Amino acid sequence: MKRNILTAAVLAATAFGSGAANADSVKIGYVTTLTTPAAVIGEDIQNSVNLALEHIGNKMGDLDVELIMEDDGFKPDVGKQKTDKLVKQDDVDFVVGYIWSHVLLASMKSVTDADKFIISANAGPSQVAGKLCHPNFFSTSWQNDQTPMAMGEHLNQEGVKSLYVMAPNYAAGKDMVAGLESVFTGEIKGKDLTKWGADAQLDFSAELAKAKASGAEAIFVFYPGKAGGAFINQYQQAGLRGVMPLYSVFTVDAIALPKLQEANLEGVLGSKMTQEWSPDMDNAANKRFVGDYLAKHGKYPSFYGAQAYDSIMLIKSAVEAVGGNLDDKDGIRAALKAVNYDSVRGKYTVGNNHMPIQNFYLREVVIDDEGRWTTKIVSTVYENHQDRYAAECNMQ
Amino acid sequence: MDWNLLITQLMNGLQLGLLLFLLASGLTLIFGIMDFINLSHGSFYMVGAYFCGTIVAKTGSFVLGILFGLVGVFIVGALVEWFIARKLYRSDHLDHVLVTFGLILIFDTLVHMIWGASGMAIPLPDVLNGQVSIGTLVLPTYRLLIIAAGLGVAAFLYVLVTRTRLGMLIRAGASNRTMVEALGVNINRLFLIVFAIGASMAGLAGMLIAPITEASIGMGNDIIIIAFVVVIVGGIGSVKGAFYAGLIIGLIDTLSRSYLDDVLALSIPIEYAETAAPAISAMMVYILMAVVLAFRPQGLFPPAGAR
Repeated sequence: MKRNILTAAVLAATAFGSGAANADSVKIGYVTTLTTPAAVIGEDIQNSVNLALEHIGNKMGDLDVELIMEDDGFKPDVGKQKTDKLVKQDDVDFVVGYIWSHVLLASMKSVTDADKFIISANAGPSQVAGKLCHPNFFSTSWQNDQTPMAMGEHLNQEGVKSLYVMAPNYAAGKDMVAGLESVFTGEIKGKDLTKWGADAQLDFSAELAKAKASGAEAIFVFYPGKAGGAFINQYQQAGLRGVMPLYSVFTVDAIALPKLQEANLEGVLGSKMTQEWSPDMDNAANKRFVGDYLAKHGKYPSFYGAQAYDSIMLIKSAVEAVGGNLDDKDGIRAALKAVNYDSVRGKYTVGNNHMPIQNFYLREVVIDDEGRWTTKIVSTVYENHQDRYAAECNMQ
Repeated sequence: MDWNLLITQLMNGLQLGLLLFLLASGLTLIFGIMDFINLSHGSFYMVGAYFCGTIVAKTGSFVLGILFGLVGVFIVGALVEWFIARKLYRSDHLDHVLVTFGLILIFDTLVHMIWGASGMAIPLPDVLNGQVSIGTLVLPTYRLLIIAAGLGVAAFLYVLVTRTRLGMLIRAGASNRTMVEALGVNINRLFLIVFAIGASMAGLAGMLIAPITEASIGMGNDIIIIAFVVVIVGGIGSVKGAFYAGLIIGLIDTLSRSYLDDVLALSIPIEYAETAAPAISAMMVYILMAVVLAFRPQGLFPPAGAR
């Protein structure tokens, strides 16, 4: 942990030290969450970005990479301020990151108005995929609805007839529920949208009691970051394991699992989720990423980390495609759209709205050879899936 | 009407109310007796959770975690009183707010430096991780333990405040501090003890909640606002007020989270009700405070003879 802060500080210092208008470098501004309990996600992202830079020797073509990390504090207004600072003061070439949909929605215009590129390495709000799509916006993640849609599809296949749904009350939470509802053919017996943000609700006693009384067959949740661990804790304590099977998206991940293992919450073993990536994916890029991450940090990277790692590789492919000429905006745009790099999730393409068209897999929580809790792919739910807002985007 | 659900929700409300009481009891005493606004009271809540988690990780015993955690937070509370709060009693409230806000930042950063950003899960012994069945009613064992612990502490504080010499001084201090000082009571020592006991109560609340929500940086900063609401609704300086107000607010919060969408759905379409209900239930507590301040500004149970 301390070393990460140091690395970040050194990187930041080099960034400031080497002067603003240095044509020999690519400047990347990275907006993520480094404080509040959500800092645990930011830490994983930071580790992965640093690992990516290490893997490429801090070079993209002939250019050095200058990374400037900024903390959005889990707040849209702060995220926008930091984005403005990156665009105006630091004059970066790419603004990357954004864990949270509401932060991305607040910040995006600052980047696109300055004719710079913005790459979401996580958030995928429906608005940005649809009406607010922009030629300079790209994504190494997904549109919010897609992952829960894949889960809905899986639930239909399993023959689950009724569900209780819980998610946080913010842009992504609403997208997730909408995505699930658009595909799931069974009955939704009840739904709770809980308070979210820096002071998010973490005690779900009232909601779990309602879920249990609803008579639903299974429970579907979306609780990213710290809230995920808290939810699973309470799910097990409430005795719902075995009564209401748990299906989740972005809740049970490499961030929650080590802590759940520490607390020995076996209720999570075998629980299923959908995702576009998993640490066990068998391709060279992923093996190198996961292997080196494990060796360096002693734990698995999360999907946030995988997407962040990809974001650096995507930028590298674009910078190299234009031969380091960062003024060639059209060239960069075309290269970003071509997705010509080895993604850790394997090959994918992007649609007219620049959202990835990719596979979604069903993952299960398993114990690996060394006794660590992790996730493993069970099956492919969607092949080359495109989000359902692409038609609302007027780009070709 | 699902009676099992109603009873479960009442128990959930009771549990939240008792946690709020633990936090608010110290806050109300410190506010009432020393006239000191301690925004960093929530930091004791966080520090307690981390102390307990560290001991549990080392020894594997939850009971030891609570005991050492209590002692640890008592010491931290005493140190804060001794080195910081004591110098500020004569300053005005704005200074209290500034200094204790700074303390929040210091505590948050210290925890980040010592334990890292990732928070801490506290494993419970298997006995506590299960459920208790009463007829058709199934309740999580651990939540019952929180209720029992909360009621136990309430009883302890009741005896302490109403039956002991220290309690007499505390009550006297809350009613009229100048008179207590004039009577020659060692007010410095009284303040130190009250402050440290208050900190321990907050720490205990943090230790009790952490196995449910995990310990994390800034965990006390959100709940402290509600704890201030409890203090104001109950009457500043009144432990009894903090008890009843904590229960009222815990129940209002839990019950509105449980039933408000159904109630709203009677008059407006269900999809609006589903979106409006979380927002309104988050406001309920503050609406209650506004009503109390409008009709009974001294709080529901002000200490006897309070000015």
